[in-house]
Amino acid sequence: MSALTGLTISQARDGLKRKDFSAREMAEAYIKAVETARPLNAFLVETPERALAMAEKSDARISKGNALPLDGVPVAVKDLFCTEGVETTAASKILEGFVPPYESAVTANLWRAGAVLLGKTNLDEFAMGSSNTTSAYGHVESPWRRRGDNRPLVPGGSSGGSAAAVASRAALAAIGTDTGGSIRQPAGFCGIVGMKPTYGRCSRWGIVAFASSLDQAGPMTRDVRDAAIMLTAMAGHDPRDSTSADLPVPDFEKAVGQSVKGLKIGIPKEYRLDGMPKEIEALWQRGIDWLKDAGASTVEIGLPHTPYALATYYIIAPAEASSNLARYDGVRFGLRVPGESLDEMYENTRAAGFGAEVRRRILIGTYVLSAGYYDAYYLKAQKVRALIARDFDAAFKQCDAILTPTAPSAAFAIGEKMDDPIAMYLNDVFTVPVNLAGLPGISVPAGLSGDGLPLGLQVIGRAFDEEMVLRVGYAIESAAKFEAKPGFIAGQA
Amino acid sequence: MALDKATVARIATLARIKLPEAEREAIAGELSKILSWIEQLNRVPTDGVEPMASVAHMSLPMREDKVTDGDCRDKILQNAPQSAKGFFAVPKVVE
Repeated sequence: MSALTGLTISQARDGLKRKDFSAREMAEAYIKAVETARPLNAFLVETPERALAMAEKSDARISKGNALPLDGVPVAVKDLFCTEGVETTAASKILEGFVPPYESAVTANLWRAGAVLLGKTNLDEFAMGSSNTTSAYGHVESPWRRRGDNRPLVPGGSSGGSAAAVASRAALAAIGTDTGGSIRQPAGFCGIVGMKPTYGRCSRWGIVAFASSLDQAGPMTRDVRDAAIMLTAMAGHDPRDSTSADLPVPDFEKAVGQSVKGLKIGIPKEYRLDGMPKEIEALWQRGIDWLKDAGASTVEIGLPHTPYALATYYIIAPAEASSNLARYDGVRFGLRVPGESLDEMYENTRAAGFGAEVRRRILIGTYVLSAGYYDAYYLKAQKVRALIARDFDAAFKQCDAILTPTAPSAAFAIGEKMDDPIAMYLNDVFTVPVNLAGLPGISVPAGLSGDGLPLGLQVIGRAFDEEMVLRVGYAIESAAKFEAKPGFIAGQA
Repeated sequence: MALDKATVARIATLARIKLPEAEREAIAGELSKILSWIEQLNRVPTDGVEPMASVAHMSLPMREDKVTDGDCRDKILQNAPQSAKGFFAVPKVVE
């Protein structure tokens, strides 16, 4: 690890301003880090030339005293964001070779703020997974290992490549997307900060769609302040996404460091699962104590429909996916496998192009939307979703933010939980309800498991109150003083 | 709800995914397991609850009905597996 790849965004920003180093030097250090991180398989595409060209433009602005908020900050982009002129596959064979002729809204915002593209990161195919093992381009390995156990671990998913890149110091920051926990769970597994903003805060335009009523982009960073800096650049109204919120974007960094004194923190009793590991319980309790020490009070709240959130999600998300993924038909982009007729061409293309988990979800989604089953499954799920959202509305009458664990366990080994889709789905038990209700949530690294793996705590806020989420997240971060580093650091032999 | 092979074949046709006969049994088992887990939702009383399609508490925005994008045919076609004379090309569909 060079000194440069050990910095946070805020430290890098200060160093660039003081001319301690240039954006080009920063880019060069990270380009090398990305190369040495190849054993993790975190990147699908590396873009060193583009990084250098962007860094030089940053240097030109910095030298003129016109530095932009993210000038010279090398970021990794989940390969679900379309990037003009750079292959975008969503980790699927069906999009192999697809080079978007346009730039996603969120990445365009990042470049407008001066950020530097390092490359596109690996993910679960079409963001469907919690372990980054469904990618058509191979697993991502976590940079972490259990103490005394050399088996490779999953980085979490679906934004596993982004999480592994930031944790291993192969990117200063990354962006991901979160449909049911795909930013927060891998952030928790890899010991970094991951934030899902309120649905509507960041434009979905140019993001390969999975489940449109749930998908939301967000930052993955070394600390809470960096998440705030990234989100400020990423967010904003975009008329091309009809669900994009037409609200001003605050300077989120201002919320970082504000006192939590007098705040009420809700502790949902339904999140105490039977059989939850004791160390997760203990971590949660430590989080409660930290916030109390900082002057907040806690209140037990009820989110009674929590036990039904996962089943609701596994109707709604596949239903929307089956509709969104209908566009991959071998006609306009990506793979085409010939057939005797047009229909057979569709069927052959989609059979060859989609992996097992994506196929499973499309079939489930097609079934729950099919004639005769729509009311029993899809409509029922939409009603339960309304109840889940109502639970949060009621809870936020009693509290300012909610504290929960991010995931019910630490990272697991590659190959574990692969045979049972439902066991895999349980990873997202604490994160899925937040997507169903459209609320902002952050995962902050808060401690280590008994075998030395990172564990995260999640803070959930009211819709469009990311500032509260960042404020409480920062209080957790300040008290937790999480300084553990993974065994694999890019650039170190 | 247990799905049989015939239902799985029908869904696969609706989804336009070729599913070889040999795989249908296994897929029927997987999907049945997921569906029976999902059926826990039947325990939740939802009479009179309005279904929630989106969390965005807003009406769909309106805009002036005019062209705001376009004139980029070649850019759009550049990713096509097959194109001809400025169009996407597909296998013959009309005899």
